Amino acid sequence: MADHGTLEQRLAQQGISRRAFLKFCTAMASLMALPPGSAAAIAAALAKAKRPSVIWLSFQECTGCTESLTRSHAPTLESLIFDMISLDYHHTLQAASGFAAEKSRTDAMQEFYGKYLLIVDGSIPTKDGGIYSTIAGRTNLDLLQEAAKGAAAIIAIGTCASFGGIPKANPNPTGAVAVSDIVKDKPIINISGCPPIPAVITGVLAQYLTFGGLPELDHLGRPKAFYGETIHDRCYRRPFYDQGKFAKTFDDAGARNGWCLFELGCKGPTTHNACATTKWNGGTSFPIESGHGCLGCSEPDFWDAGGFYQALSMPATPLTFATGAAVAGAAIGIGVSLANRAKKSAAKKAHQAATLDDLEK
Amino acid sequence: MNEIQLLTWVRGPGLNIAIGVFLLGTIWRLFEIYSLGRKQDIAAARARAGASGWHTIFRRSLPAPGLMQRSPISYVGGYIFHVGLAIVVFLFAPHIMLVQGLTGLSWPGLPSPVIDGVTVITLAAMLVMLFDRINRPVKRFLSTFEDYATWALTFLPLLTGYLAVKHLLLPYTAMLAVHILSVELLLIVLPFCKLFHAVTVFGSRWYNGNINGRRGVPV
Repeated sequence: MADHGTLEQRLAQQGISRRAFLKFCTAMASLMALPPGSAAAIAAALAKAKRPSVIWLSFQECTGCTESLTRSHAPTLESLIFDMISLDYHHTLQAASGFAAEKSRTDAMQEFYGKYLLIVDGSIPTKDGGIYSTIAGRTNLDLLQEAAKGAAAIIAIGTCASFGGIPKANPNPTGAVAVSDIVKDKPIINISGCPPIPAVITGVLAQYLTFGGLPELDHLGRPKAFYGETIHDRCYRRPFYDQGKFAKTFDDAGARNGWCLFELGCKGPTTHNACATTKWNGGTSFPIESGHGCLGCSEPDFWDAGGFYQALSMPATPLTFATGAAVAGAAIGIGVSLANRAKKSAAKKAHQAATLDDLEK
Repeated sequence: MNEIQLLTWVRGPGLNIAIGVFLLGTIWRLFEIYSLGRKQDIAAARARAGASGWHTIFRRSLPAPGLMQRSPISYVGGYIFHVGLAIVVFLFAPHIMLVQGLTGLSWPGLPSPVIDGVTVITLAAMLVMLFDRINRPVKRFLSTFEDYATWALTFLPLLTGYLAVKHLLLPYTAMLAVHILSVELLLIVLPFCKLFHAVTVFGSRWYNGNINGRRGVPV
């Protein structure tokens, strides 16, 4: 069983200075838009906090979320996450395999029943009894329901766990659903993104450890501190959008001048995430800064929201009714015209000239 | 259905249905109107129609003598709202992108702050005209449900578009979906009500000018 001592002891063992730890706490406080004084509160709370047991279940996923977290430019603040928690089960990272691995999961679930954090990445297949993804012979659905029972809270990492993600894309062959579609009686935080920003994962964990509760969430269950604003509103290219200056192709003068990528399909205006402020790769840049529009990966069903290279104001799917409707309109129009003409000529035929005798009747 | 799914629906199947109904209705009514024909004119023409039809297309956009004094709100408000609507609909960059996506045609747009300003002026002109319609007994008497309904159907896309761009009332994604939905409603209703003048206006003016010319009132 992993060491469940305090974070301070753990950091001291690893030779991480208090100064580095305080820097981390300050970064977390500013990321979550907390008042300046709260950095000290985070430091005090984290230093004393017992490292909670974390069970990380991976379902229909690509391991990109784990890669995002672990392969962030090392050594980073994000790597501290592994000092803040006791990761008792994570089938990509753990050394154990087979029965030993499953045993460590069940042991942690028993020992910390009601207290452990459950992290899920990947969506859950539900079609045909959930047989499309199994671990140790058990379906993801079964494993999630069992693990959710004793969890204090669930963190759905990545768009697949949060909203179904790519496995749920049309035609959704496995009947993939999000964690929140299955678990209804536990607090769930959705940290969406494909993958999510590592600092966002760390920030949410730091907040949980510091304040003992969940951060304020938006209506899709995402922490408001990170998903409260759109990429577009925080984008450094926004002034070009307002001026009507758009790159038309990826290599024209507009693109070289860093103009807005809206016309090249950027989904920044409808995408809530912190990429434009937190950035990626140790604060180096984010997709729009590299010259590519936002794909909208932190939003539900982003894979089916029209083409990645079609502007948001363009049709999401081709117009299939237009030709048929035009032909039908012409047919109805001609039909009505003929009916009108027939009515007119019938009226003409039925017309009788009035005579003086008629008037005297 | 959350707002991003609603947005994808209105950008996809919703738009498909709306444009389908719009095309069906427009082509149907154009056939119907232009096939009606007129009774044969047995009287000899008093004058040659000449370019009276073409002149009338232009002249009907100018106020008739005296009417500007008697009904300034209708004229000034009408001008502002029609010109404003044309600018907002056809010169806002995302709208041009839509036309380009559907037809391949594109043209330069105006900067967003200019569009914002024109939208506010257009909305104000429409509100003043609605107030005038209700406030003046004759206009009120002549107004039917259709007049108020078409006013609302034209006002809503402008209002929701402005609210979406300015992030007011609803989150941008939801308001954008409502905006597109309101435009789709307008497209569906347009061929079947008085808003169809958007398509027939110049044809009607030409016809009236032409026949007036033949009857001895060439312009």
